[in-house]
Amino acid sequence: MRRIVSILMENAPGALSRVVGLFSQRGYNIDTLTVAPTEDPTLSRLTLTTVGDDHKLEQITKNLNKLIDVVKLVDLSDGAHIERELMLIKVKASGAQRAEIKRCTDIFRGQIVDVTSTIYTIQIVGTADKLDAFVQSIGEASILEVVRSGVSGIARGEKVLSI
Amino acid sequence: MLSGGDMLIRALRDEGVECVFGYPGGAALHIYDAIFRQKDVKHILVRHEQAAAHAADGYSRATGKVGTLLVTSGPGATNTITGIATAHMDSIPMVVLSAQVVSDKIGEDAFQETDMVGISRPIVKHSFLVSDPSEIPSIIKKAYYIASTGRPGPVVVDIPKDHTDPSRVFEYQYPESVKMRSYVPAGRGHAGQIKKAVQLLLGAKRPVIYSGGGVIQGDSSELLTELAKKLNFPVTNTLMGLGAYPGTDRQFLGMLGMHGTFEANTAMHHADVILAIGARFDDRVTNTPSKFCPHAKIIHVDIDPASISKTVSADVPIVGAVESVLKDMLSLVNSAEQGTDQEAIGDWWAQIDEWRQRHGLYHANRFDTSGERIKPQEVVQVLHEVTKGDAYICSDVGQHQMFAAQYYLFDKPRRWINSGGLGTMGFGLPAAMGVQIADRDACVVCITGEGSIQMCIQELSTLTQYNLPVKIICLNNQALGMVRQWQDMQYDSRYSESLYEDSLPDFEKLMEAYGHVGITVTQRDDLRSKMEECFAMKDRVVFMNVMVDRSEHVYPMLVAPNGSMRDMLLSKTERT
Ligand SMILES: Cc1cc2nc3c(=O)[nH]c(=O)nc-3n(C[C@H](O)[C@H](O)[C@H](O)COP(=O)(O)OP(=O)(O)OC[C@H]3O[C@@H](n4cnc5c(N)ncnc54)[C@H](O)[C@@H]3O)c2cc1C
Ligand SMILES: Cc1ncc(C[n+]2csc(CCOP(=O)(O)OP(=O)(O)O)c2C)c(N)n1
Ligand SMILES: [Mg+2]
Repeated sequence: MRRIVSILMENAPGALSRVVGLFSQRGYNIDTLTVAPTEDPTLSRLTLTTVGDDHKLEQITKNLNKLIDVVKLVDLSDGAHIERELMLIKVKASGAQRAEIKRCTDIFRGQIVDVTSTIYTIQIVGTADKLDAFVQSIGEASILEVVRSGVSGIARGEKVLSI
Repeated sequence: MLSGGDMLIRALRDEGVECVFGYPGGAALHIYDAIFRQKDVKHILVRHEQAAAHAADGYSRATGKVGTLLVTSGPGATNTITGIATAHMDSIPMVVLSAQVVSDKIGEDAFQETDMVGISRPIVKHSFLVSDPSEIPSIIKKAYYIASTGRPGPVVVDIPKDHTDPSRVFEYQYPESVKMRSYVPAGRGHAGQIKKAVQLLLGAKRPVIYSGGGVIQGDSSELLTELAKKLNFPVTNTLMGLGAYPGTDRQFLGMLGMHGTFEANTAMHHADVILAIGARFDDRVTNTPSKFCPHAKIIHVDIDPASISKTVSADVPIVGAVESVLKDMLSLVNSAEQGTDQEAIGDWWAQIDEWRQRHGLYHANRFDTSGERIKPQEVVQVLHEVTKGDAYICSDVGQHQMFAAQYYLFDKPRRWINSGGLGTMGFGLPAAMGVQIADRDACVVCITGEGSIQMCIQELSTLTQYNLPVKIICLNNQALGMVRQWQDMQYDSRYSESLYEDSLPDFEKLMEAYGHVGITVTQRDDLRSKMEECFAMKDRVVFMNVMVDRSEHVYPMLVAPNGSMRDMLLSKTERT
C-alpha cells in the first residue's frame, strides 16, 4: 500500500541524509520526497511517499522516529488528509494543438505559465493521480519535459503536526 | 579562555572520562598537544585504531561507562569502522572522536580526508561534525548523553583541525545538563501493559524468561534474579545476556539459540508464556520465525520500540527501561492476591529436569572425555575452576567463543565480553586490554583461536607498554574451526581456505619477543597444572597455546533452514 509520511525534523546539516540513508540501508524505497524549512527556521518539514505493507511501514516509522534529528512523525495515510503535488510540464503546441491543449489545461484547472510560438509551459497542482491523468491526456508525443515536486500533505481538520 | 583542543580535553574531564584509547596523526595533533599538557584524562596508545575501538568497547562492557577513542582523520578514522560497527550491533555506548582536515579544505580531496560522518552513518546512533570551536563543549555533552541513554550506541564527533587550533581561544563552560526536543529516551513502561503481563505470568503453566543484553546494559541482573526466584520460573539467556542470571543456579537453563542448550531450546518451544526482556529475537535465537514458540504468548520488554515485533510479533509489548519495568512487575507480583499455579510449575520443572537428564549440557557429559586428546570444552571447564568462575572472559569469534559461552558459567553480569551481533574476529585481545585498564587488579582472560588472535595480535605490544597482565587462552585447533565445522556439515568436508598449511607462528617465541610468557599444552594430563601455572603469574601476560582436538564441533546446533527451536543436532550422530 502507498503511504504518505510527514516528518518534522531539525533543520541541521546531515539530517536529510540520515533519513534517506535509513531507507537505502534497510532496503526500503522512497517514491517521492519533498523538504523545506517551516515557519520556525530551525525545523524542516519533510514529506515522503513509499510503498509497503503494514509491518514494513511500522518498521520504517519506528526507525525514522529513532533518528536523533527527527522531532515528530505522522503517517498521513492513517487518517483523512489533503495531498498536493505541483507539476511543470513543457509541451509542443502549434497549430490546432494549441486550442486543444489550452482546453485540456482548463479542464484540469492548470495554468499556462510560459508561451512561445510552438511551446506551452503548463503548471498544474493536484493529487499524484490527477497529474498522471493530465500527462496521459496530453499524450507522450507532445511532451517535452516534465518536472514534479513530489507529494506534500497535511491532515484534515484539527490535527496538526507541530512541536 | 581555552582553545578548541583544550576545550575538548577539558570537556572530557568534566564529563568524567578517565581514559581515552587512541592513535595520533596530523589532523589530531592540536588535540594530542592538549592531552600532553594535562593529567586528568589518561591516554592509552594502541597499535591499530581498530583496537582503540574494541578496547573502548571492552572498557564500556565491563564498567557500564561510555568508552572513548580518539583518532586522526582519513586512515585513522576508517580503521575504526569495524570497531564502531561491533559496538553498534551490540548497543554499546561509545564516543568516537575523529579529527578531520581543516574545515575550508573539506570536500577538496585534501590529504587524509574521508567523509567520516558519511562513512560511519549506518553504524552509529548519531554523529556530529563540529562547525565552530565554541560548539565543542555542548556537542561533547550531547554525544555522551546520546551514547549512554535509551538504547545505547556509538556516537561520532568529527572535529576539523582548525577548530582545535591553539591560537584561537574561547570562553569555556561545560553544560550541566542536556535537553533535546528531538530525543526523548523511553523511561517507564505502560502501567496497563505491565499489569497485563503480570497476569499472564501468574497464570502461566509452562513459562520461560528469555533475557538478553538489555538486562546487562540496564544493570538489572538483581531485579531479574529476584523476579525469577519469586516466581520459580526457568531462565535462559542470549549470548549477550550471559551473567544476567547466575549461571550456576538451578533455575538457569543455559544459553538458548543456535548453539543453546537442549533444555533451553526445548523449553522455549513448548512454553506457553515467554517473558522476553532486553532481548531482540535475533535470527541466531529464533531459528525459523514462523515456527518460533508456537504455543506461547509473548511479553516483550525493550527500551527501543523498533526492537518490538520486528521479527516475532509480541502479544504484550512493553516499551521501557528494564529496571523500571522489572520493579513495576515485582511490586505487582508481590501484592498479587493469587500466586503462580504451583502445581503446573512443578510439573513444568519435572519436564525440564527430564530434558536435562536426557541431553543436558551441564548434567550429562556432552563431549567425549575418554580419549587422549584435549577437548576444547574441557579447557573452558578447567579455566572456570582455576579462575573460580570469577574472571572477566573476553572472547574472540568462532568455536572457542561458543565453548566459552556454554561452559564458563557466568554468575555475574559484565564478566562475559564478546562480539555477538557483528561477530568480529580480533575483538578479544583489545577488549581484554580495555577491561584490564578499567580494573587493574582483576583477572582478565582473552579466550581465542589461533585464527582470531592474529587479527589484532599487534596489541601484545600495548600490553607491554601499560603492564596489562591479560591471560590469553588460545584453543588451537589449527583451523578456522567454525568455518571448518560448516564445511564438514554442508560441504562434504571440503576445507576451502580454512587451513593454514603449517604456517602458524611459534607462539612461545612470539610472546618472548614481546616480553611475555608463552606456554604450550599438548598433553591432556598437563592441562590443569599448566593452567594453574599460567594464572599464578599474576603480573605477566601469559599466552597458553592449548592444542585441542581439531575434529570437535559445537553442539547442540539448531537445524536450519526451516527448523523450529526444538530441532537440534546433538552430536555428529544424534539429532532430536
Ligand atoms: C558465532 C556466533 C554464534 C552465535 N550463536 C548464538 C546463539 O546460539 N544464541 C544467542 O543467543 N546468540 C548467538 N549469537 C549472538 C547473536 O548474533 C546476537 O548477538 C544475540 O543473540 C543478541 O542478543 P540479545 O537478543 O540479547 O540482544 P542485544 O544485541 O544484546 O540487544 C539488547 C536489546 O535490549 C534492548 N535494551 C538495551 N538496553 C535496555 C534497557 N536499559 N532496557 C530495556 N531494553 C534495553 C536493546 O534495545 C536491544 O533490543 C551468536 C553470535 C556469533 C558470532
Ligand atoms: C573479521 C572476521 N572475518 C571472518 C569471520 C568469519 N569467521 C567466523 S568464525 C571464523 C573462524 C575463527 O577461527 P579461530 O579464531 O581459529 O576460532 P575457532 O573457530 O577455530 O575456534 C571465521 C573465519 C569473522 N567472524 N570475522
Ligand atoms: Mg581455530
